[in-house]
Amino acid sequence: MELLRFTTAGSVDDGKSTLIGRLLYDSKSIFEDQLAAVQLSSERKGLQHVDLSLLTDGLRAEREQGITIDVAYRYFATPKRKFIIADTPGHIQYTRNMVTGASTANLALILVDARKGIVEQTCRHSFIASLLKIPHLIVCINKMDLADYSETTFNEIVEAYTEFASKLDVTDIRYIPISALNGDNVVNRSENMPWYQGATLLNTLETIHIGSDYNHIDGRFPVQTIIRPHSDEHHDYRGYAGRVAGGIFRPGDQVTVLPSGLSSKIKSIDTFNGALTEAFPPMSVSITLEDDIDVSRGDMIVKQNNQPHVSQDIDMMLCWLNNKPMQPGAKYYLRHTSREVRSMIKEVVYKIDINTLQRITDESSTDIKMNDITRVRLRTTQPIMLDAYRKNRNTGSVILIDEATNETVAAGMIVD
Amino acid sequence: MHKYYLNHLQELESEAIFVIREVAAQFDKPAILFSGGKDSIVVTHLARKAFWPAKIPMPLIHIDTGHNFPETMVFRDNLVKELGVQLIVGSVEESIKKGRVKEETGLNASRNALQITTLLDTIEQHKIDAAIGGARRDEEKARAKERFFSHRDDFGQWDPKNQRPELWNIFNGRKQMGEHFRVFPISNWTEMDVWNYITQQNIPIPPLYFAHQREVVYRDNTWLPVSEFLSLREGESVEKRLIRFRTLGDITITGGIESDADSLEKIVAEVAAVRSTERGNRGDDKRSETSMEDRKKLGYF
Repeated sequence: MELLRFTTAGSVDDGKSTLIGRLLYDSKSIFEDQLAAVQLSSERKGLQHVDLSLLTDGLRAEREQGITIDVAYRYFATPKRKFIIADTPGHIQYTRNMVTGASTANLALILVDARKGIVEQTCRHSFIASLLKIPHLIVCINKMDLADYSETTFNEIVEAYTEFASKLDVTDIRYIPISALNGDNVVNRSENMPWYQGATLLNTLETIHIGSDYNHIDGRFPVQTIIRPHSDEHHDYRGYAGRVAGGIFRPGDQVTVLPSGLSSKIKSIDTFNGALTEAFPPMSVSITLEDDIDVSRGDMIVKQNNQPHVSQDIDMMLCWLNNKPMQPGAKYYLRHTSREVRSMIKEVVYKIDINTLQRITDESSTDIKMNDITRVRLRTTQPIMLDAYRKNRNTGSVILIDEATNETVAAGMIVD
Repeated sequence: MHKYYLNHLQELESEAIFVIREVAAQFDKPAILFSGGKDSIVVTHLARKAFWPAKIPMPLIHIDTGHNFPETMVFRDNLVKELGVQLIVGSVEESIKKGRVKEETGLNASRNALQITTLLDTIEQHKIDAAIGGARRDEEKARAKERFFSHRDDFGQWDPKNQRPELWNIFNGRKQMGEHFRVFPISNWTEMDVWNYITQQNIPIPPLYFAHQREVVYRDNTWLPVSEFLSLREGESVEKRLIRFRTLGDITITGGIESDADSLEKIVAEVAAVRSTERGNRGDDKRSETSMEDRKKLGYF
């Protein structure tokens, strides 16, 4: 059984909670005592219907204010796949939460109200999904029951979205007409829309091909920690522990350790359950080398004939996540895989107006606040090993950490 | 099927091992919180895998309420011996004797909330800067909001409204002096995943999880085990039933379910069919709608 991580984005009344509630309920992932507790809470609040958002709006403040503050993770499984939903709220700190939820997703669900068509919110969701390089998009055209299950309406929205999406960098987009409330095309085929010949939402989620979402070409192995048992049995053992971030590694491969540039050959790839003949993303393994060379945390083992760019100057798309705006000239810790260096934002190239997707280059663009998305140029104190985010999400992503508060203040995607 | 692919349990395992290794790399004095329950047993198993062939490079911490199932204690001591790791015991009994906390009185008295003080004292005394726990996001709604790396201030408190965003698999364990982190490597696992993993890996667990004959009392829709700490109320009687426990906490608050599942395979089948959550039999969660969040803010597991 495979694991599919997806994110859902939506504005207040687009039926997102209902859709998730239906997926959970129809896959028997809501338990009776949970449902009973939610029913009780709904009644206490004087609601007419069972408010499924109460299932995961777990924090006191969220329940009191009836809002979702934070990304909530929900889980369900069918006999075919296990699913992790990163459900991102539409109200506040919108961009920040969606970027967070999108960063680990294979797929994004975009909800469109059939009566309203493509709205600003839809464009924003789609842009962030494309910026974070989520490989698959499913546009759910919801509330078809309120649009007479009209094929024309569906086709018009598909056409409008297709035109808008041509500006985005997403290759796999699918469209499904649904009614989350009545369940049309969610788990079961709709009898109200015989004109729709495609798969239901759940069937699409269960079968969409995600095996190629990882980069299997460019060998990248960031070293997390060194394993040295100091025992009689494994006296000279020196294993480099990490998670394969790209490519396929095999014993005998010629490798280079960056940034030092020292070379060796892979001696073995070890796990608790025995040695492996191949390691690929996202496996956690330990690699031993033929030669006793200096390797430490933050180094990257790569294939000798396929190396990332090693540089102290980085161009990236940056999403600001913190209440405290970017301080000009301030230094931030930059984390990239297992490596941490200090960095300074040298130049803001442009800011993106997330509603129009226009680039802003006037003076206001250098003023970076929470939820802003900008293109910047950074300088680091030590070299880092760069891949473009579009080629590898593991080795193309960074976070910035405020030196004073230790908070994670920005997320960056490396541009080549 | 694609040749280079991991199934969901392999992917969850790999993610957890990655997180545990990050803890060892980013912190000076990490530890594993070990309760003797299945989730902390799985975390300990994953830690063993993460550092093999070396030993787990951090101690286990057990917060001992004094209200334990004897079976859990035997299991704990055997495991520690087998792994060759250090065991740190924080004793609630000691905290009471020292006057750090006051024993609850009344009908529903338990030592559950008292553990918070003992846990924070133990963390401070041993200068632990990262405590790895087996909490999962699917088990409770406040836990659904947890990060993998969860920051605690110098009072050990959790501020759920002001958590650090966590992107990709880059974990930020930076902190000021006196602060610490709680880290949850199996955040993304469900109860089903845990049982499937235990079965697949054949991980030993305490016998309490398997159906057995036990003297119990029916109270609040659950079967409470008879122990020296349980006093019968009016109308209650001791019965002998075939039961098992879905979760393990203190003997005073852990209710059992009637079951004939006496093997891992039968447990997996039972969990797949069951229609209520595993914590439904835990008295500690029932005190109020947000009792888990309230305890977590103060420093609970």
